Amino acid sequence: MPANRTFQVKALSRVEGEGALYVKLDGDRVEYVELNIYEPPRFFEAFLRGREAREVPDITARICGICPVAYQMSACHALEKAMQVSVPPDVTRLRRLLYCAEWIESHALHIHLLHAPDFLGYESGISMAADYREAVERGLRLKKIGNDLLEVLGGRAVHPINVTVGGFYRLPRVAELRELIPDLEWGLQAAIEVCQFTAQLEFPDLQVDYETVSLQHPIEYPMNHGRVVSSCGLEIPVEDYEKHFEERHVAHSTALHSVRLPQQTSYLVGPLSRINNCYDQLSPLARKAADDCGIAWPSKNNFHSIVARAIELVDAYEEALAIVKQYHAVPNESRAEYRPRAGKGCHATEAPRGLIYHHYETDENGLIVSAKIVPPTSQNQYQIEEDLRAYVPRVASLDDTTATRRCEHMIRNYDPCISCATHFLTMKLDR
Amino acid sequence: MTAKPKLAVFKFASCDGCQLTLLDCEDELLAVAEAVEIAYFLEARTQEIEGPYDIGLVEGSVTTDHDARRIREIRKQCHYLITIGACATSGGIQALRNWADLPEFVRHVYADPQVISALDTSTPIADHVIVDFELRGCPINKQQLLSVLLSLIGGHKPRLPSYSVCIPCKQRQTVCVAVTRGIPCLGPVTQAGCNAICPAYNRECFGCYGPQQQANVPSLTHQFLRAGADRGHLVRLTRNFNGYAPEFREASNLLEQHD
Repeated sequence: MPANRTFQVKALSRVEGEGALYVKLDGDRVEYVELNIYEPPRFFEAFLRGREAREVPDITARICGICPVAYQMSACHALEKAMQVSVPPDVTRLRRLLYCAEWIESHALHIHLLHAPDFLGYESGISMAADYREAVERGLRLKKIGNDLLEVLGGRAVHPINVTVGGFYRLPRVAELRELIPDLEWGLQAAIEVCQFTAQLEFPDLQVDYETVSLQHPIEYPMNHGRVVSSCGLEIPVEDYEKHFEERHVAHSTALHSVRLPQQTSYLVGPLSRINNCYDQLSPLARKAADDCGIAWPSKNNFHSIVARAIELVDAYEEALAIVKQYHAVPNESRAEYRPRAGKGCHATEAPRGLIYHHYETDENGLIVSAKIVPPTSQNQYQIEEDLRAYVPRVASLDDTTATRRCEHMIRNYDPCISCATHFLTMKLDR
Repeated sequence: MTAKPKLAVFKFASCDGCQLTLLDCEDELLAVAEAVEIAYFLEARTQEIEGPYDIGLVEGSVTTDHDARRIREIRKQCHYLITIGACATSGGIQALRNWADLPEFVRHVYADPQVISALDTSTPIADHVIVDFELRGCPINKQQLLSVLLSLIGGHKPRLPSYSVCIPCKQRQTVCVAVTRGIPCLGPVTQAGCNAICPAYNRECFGCYGPQQQANVPSLTHQFLRAGADRGHLVRLTRNFNGYAPEFREASNLLEQHD
């Protein structure tokens, strides 16, 4: 092997959005690592100014086609704080159901079509289907049920139209929701099988001393609510988020990285962080699946994230089924009314890829004065590069093509959502 | 078209939701992968087969110099070039920058503005190259996507309804939100394709599928104004995901001029 080598992936595949990877090696020593985002910026925070509070969930959904609900939920909760409105409990329950639907759709997609092919040596879920037809078809059906649930509750799967500040425009009819019970029951069993399927994969042994960051809630696995906690003892209300986390410029990269304050270190958000931090709040069958999969939680190996996603798939199915089964009558109130007012509000929720933070300020007409959105992938980006620094020496003895492929696999542990990250990350068009 | 048509999916500035719609065809995906050769689709596969391609699906709008050059190269590679979604057909939500001062936008979002190279405008693909068919929607409808792919594979011209959202809305027997509740609704001037979901969920159509051909949007907004709607609200309603489509653009500009 030559002393100076570079691994380069000009266009990362099986990720959402456009990114590139650049690694420079001197012998076994990693000289330089860059996860390069070249997705063009779209300036959401800038053009949200002057829009009505009511429009924000419709607009922020368009940041990401895979996790629009995460953007809608974070925006609604933040703006409800700004408008000083509290939503009816039935709405809170159905919002959790909506979030379960998005986790189902997103996790089933990532596990089967984007990530499992790496472990099994295929270039795509489509190629993998030639040998693992049953597993891929099971994954597609699991995903479809998530989308069906999104359609009933949200009006459609991508960019739901039924979400608004204060609640929903229309509550689902009892029959249309309960019709999904047989599918959800099948899905719960199938998700348990997916846990077993993912647990049998071979995981590269990469132990990293992550600071795992997630929401945590005393009685539920975190989705819409909770305090921000970390494995290093952080425990704060969402209102203090900006005191402890910040995006900063780093000299070697054109990208912004989120760091922990004051120590300026990287941290991890996403399924592995959530299971590590909130194992106790997993639904009963999800916890059993976690215990049966042969991994000791908390895990320091983010290659286990595919198993973590499968466990969360069980959790989301189990919870969705319970909520739907309890839905016997359409509640009276679909949303809380509010008077537009000047205010400020911030909120964090758990997107499939990890914690997402929104902060808004409104004027006396309820129009947006300022918006700040911190998506999961921009928070993980620093950690992805740190992981690469640790991982590249392990694969350095392999030929360039194989080593590069392994690095891509490692990046997919994060299920990076680059379209989301872009309005924060500067781009480099050096292709 | 070759025996097994080669399909490519390209991305420009967008949210990925429209190309995701292809992966959302859960029941049909594996059959589609057998009927066409998915030769280039980065979101779904690592393998890249070189062009030329029989069918190119383009998502997203043109917002950088580099992308303006790239779409011309892609055009040369594709026998049929189909745009998918509001970004590709009208510039998308990011076209709101077309009414703003871009340097101010850049300074607002980025700490180090000089490294950002973006065009002043977000423009649809058809402003740059000839487009063979436009599939509307924010996001597109998966049945419409499959229908267009089937037409092309079968050698037919794709045909989709060009009537307004009011037609499927009446077919669903939804009570009109504009007439009965006085809510300004873009249904009468928006192309169908979504199955009129918003009025069925008690809210206004906000134009995800873009203007219906030759729609007289200012006439509709004038009616809403006369009925007491807020002018600023109507500007925002017509100026969103398809706000830069000529019919919607003209309407929002007129509303502002007469402020």
